[in-house]
Amino acid sequence: MRARAYRHRLNGSSLERGRPQLMAKDVSLTFGGVKALDGVSITVHQGDIHAVIGPNGAGKTSLLNCVSGLYHPQRGRIVLRTTEDTEHDLTRVRPSRIATLGVARSFQNIELFKHMTVLENLLLGRHVHMRHRLISSLAWFGPARRQEISQRDLVEEVIDLLEIPALRKRPVGSLAYGLQKRVELGRALCMQPALLLLDEPMAGMNVEEKEDMARFILDVNALSGVTTVLIEHDMGVVMDISHRVSVLDFGLCIATGSADEVSQNPDVIKAYLGETHAA
Amino acid sequence: MSDAISGSGSPDMSYTSQTFPQLLADRAQRYPDDDGLREKRYGIWQATSWSAYHRDVRRFAQGLAALGMQPGEAIGILGDNRPEWVIAELAAQSLGGMSLGLYPEGVVEEVAHVLTYGGVRFVIAEDQEQVDKLIELWDSERLEIVERIIYYDPRGLEQYDLPYLMEFTAVQKEGDAWEAEHPGWLDAQVAAGRSDDVAILCTTSGTTGKPKLAMLTHGNLLSMGRSLMSIDPVEPGDGYVSFLPLAWIGEQMIAFACALQVGFALSFPEDASTMRSDLREIGPRVMFSPPRIWESMLSQVQVRVGDAGWLKRRTFRWGYGIGERYAEITVRGDTPGIGLRLLHRVADWVALRPVRDQLGLTRLRRAYTGGAPLGPDVFGFFHAIGVNLKQIYGQTEICGIAVVHYDGDVKFNTVGVPIPGTEMRIADNGEILLRSAAVFVGYFRNEEATGEALEPDGWLKTGDAGYTDEDGHLVVIDRAKDVMTTPDGSRFSPAFVENKLKFSQYVEEAVVFGGGELPYLTALITIDIDTVGTWAERAHLAYTTYTDLAQKPEVYELITAHVARANTDLPEGARVRRFVLLHKQLDPDDEEITRTRKVRRGVINRRYAAIIDALYADVDDIEVTTTVTYQDGSTAQRHVTLRVQSMDGIAPPPLDRSAALAL
Repeated sequence: MRARAYRHRLNGSSLERGRPQLMAKDVSLTFGGVKALDGVSITVHQGDIHAVIGPNGAGKTSLLNCVSGLYHPQRGRIVLRTTEDTEHDLTRVRPSRIATLGVARSFQNIELFKHMTVLENLLLGRHVHMRHRLISSLAWFGPARRQEISQRDLVEEVIDLLEIPALRKRPVGSLAYGLQKRVELGRALCMQPALLLLDEPMAGMNVEEKEDMARFILDVNALSGVTTVLIEHDMGVVMDISHRVSVLDFGLCIATGSADEVSQNPDVIKAYLGETHAA
Repeated sequence: MSDAISGSGSPDMSYTSQTFPQLLADRAQRYPDDDGLREKRYGIWQATSWSAYHRDVRRFAQGLAALGMQPGEAIGILGDNRPEWVIAELAAQSLGGMSLGLYPEGVVEEVAHVLTYGGVRFVIAEDQEQVDKLIELWDSERLEIVERIIYYDPRGLEQYDLPYLMEFTAVQKEGDAWEAEHPGWLDAQVAAGRSDDVAILCTTSGTTGKPKLAMLTHGNLLSMGRSLMSIDPVEPGDGYVSFLPLAWIGEQMIAFACALQVGFALSFPEDASTMRSDLREIGPRVMFSPPRIWESMLSQVQVRVGDAGWLKRRTFRWGYGIGERYAEITVRGDTPGIGLRLLHRVADWVALRPVRDQLGLTRLRRAYTGGAPLGPDVFGFFHAIGVNLKQIYGQTEICGIAVVHYDGDVKFNTVGVPIPGTEMRIADNGEILLRSAAVFVGYFRNEEATGEALEPDGWLKTGDAGYTDEDGHLVVIDRAKDVMTTPDGSRFSPAFVENKLKFSQYVEEAVVFGGGELPYLTALITIDIDTVGTWAERAHLAYTTYTDLAQKPEVYELITAHVARANTDLPEGARVRRFVLLHKQLDPDDEEITRTRKVRRGVINRRYAAIIDALYADVDDIEVTTTVTYQDGSTAQRHVTLRVQSMDGIAPPPLDRSAALAL
């Protein structure tokens, strides 16, 4: 009979749980005179949900952009390990190359193709795994056809996981905001990523949508073991679902630890509540 | 058994002396590679052949045996329609046991009552939602008899670590071990099955109280399927989509009694939310659904027609008019003239077939409605668009089907004539009595109720009042105890008036009061949030919640017009004089309606006594206090003022049929 467990490995990394996977060492990024990141060092371990928090302008999205190659830090190194023996230096590498190395991300503002269907958007997530030859693709026969069928198979698994079968053929633009966010998570998952970067996956959602999203993030993490780095403002969610939390303030990483440790840390309290309240 | 259905003259009568598992074995042997089950998973229809289906049933049956299931015992099945549901039922029957289906949306109290009543030790539950319900009951020690909970959708259950919880496939693995130790044992069990063994315990709809469990034998179910198919043949290649609760007798009839005899495949939709598109993909040849499905299809068409451009709307109205004229002739079995036939061809091509196609009914040969009365106008709509919709009348106690419309002899206000092998009689007090090979053997562990329902010579007392019209068609008035007498002495059925009101697409439910001491008729109406919501949107009417929308003066105006129109079709004494739009929908979780959406009058009378008083008092509004339960379990009290609308001096709007349908 069937088991609803995964038929496909959604995790692109073969490290053991708990092994260091992403290492940012002394990363600095400046825009003119503004120091967005100032010597940030963070280590993310395989299988963790690692939250990055901090006040507005603290450099959270900049850090994510450095990892996914949209920004190139002036100083420091970012290293991704996908197996025990392979290390990839992500500094000064093109974003498209980083995607093929196994880093998938979602954006703060939804970046989907609004006029394409959910299915087409998710299939796009498989792009990095597809090989195209002009003639067979045009005629859609032989390898091109087989390839699309096998890719669809994996996409369907993600659709099932995120509970959106009814939306398969709907144009993304016609969906509610919370559902679009879910589709964006789905597209990232379709890449079979080694590392999933989520930039404010719950921004602008109501409580119910947030709970749904939190459950999906936990499901993905627990069942497929994909490492997730998450930026989020809702402290309740962060404290509930993350294994480790890093706090950024004015480009500096002021604390890293479990949710409890971080929330007790005097520097963190100061950064969030200001000098006088903390006293 | 076969004597009773001699009227059909069918050559395959031998089936009715078998059991479901024996028929399954026969199918698996004769057509091993044909599709027995189809389920849409991962966006693709995945088929299970008869031989694989049979194999799955055997493995699970032996697994149950390994867990200690005894012959004659009932297993509980709680979940949506899935292959495992069907497999579990046939597995229990293979061991000489029974299946007891529960409605998946049932609340914990209902589940506890039915499981305890049925003496169930093994429960098969679909997923986390159902398992959580059972765990809640287990922890509060309300499931004393249950020993094992077996689930088949492990999603979300990975972390559960309870000794009594077991996965479906794990039970099947135990079955493999059992088979190795006891070769040939199961075959002997299946062969020992007799057609008068009880196959299922079926919950009765329970409009009057706690559900009872009707015991139906293999012979009951198979003879009923055979009788129905003797007038309406079904073929092995016919598609069927199983989406109504398998706990309901109607679904049991088609999915087991008909499917196993004829050998057609059952198709299970991917998810409740994709049911409509899945239905369209399969294109079923036969459907049996309660009125709410047909009503919702009609309102779907109404909304879509309303949203269409003027050209499409004009085309549809024209085509619909032709279809209506054509259907008026064909339902009587007559052939229309050549002119109308040609016109209908064109109308069908440009207007009617596309509508059928959108609803997924293009390939449909026959469709049935049953379980509750369907308004004549809804009936007429489906015939006009070319769907051969027929009424079925029956009860759980007679396997759901006793009286039906024959092809070419359909009258919208009757339920048809008895099917072959069924005898019908109207008692002196107007009660309908039925007798056939499908009449149940009794209620489970309830001798008293059995005695009340069954006469010694085999007649089933239906409790419904009715009469036969000049064509021999049965007309059902209502539940005998619900029939009311107005002060002027005329007898009327609240259900008839309610259906008149419910015919408006804007009305979801209507409960009518009157008769006895009460001077006139009044009604409690709930609006349909989808259609009224769409209407409000088009009328640029802003609203926040259901309660808010229901109390808008504009909405009252809208509904008043519909009540006025319904009143014109009713005799003087049976017209609704005052009504209230209720602030909430009737909900089975509040026990106001049953799971099959029948109104529980007793509950309504008790809960809304203040509103009913206001309907008969000289007041313009009534304040009610409601308790709102939020999703996190907290509750809050709210005060709502409901307006009482009087119909005095309100003239009905001009009548035109397609306007009445809002097409």
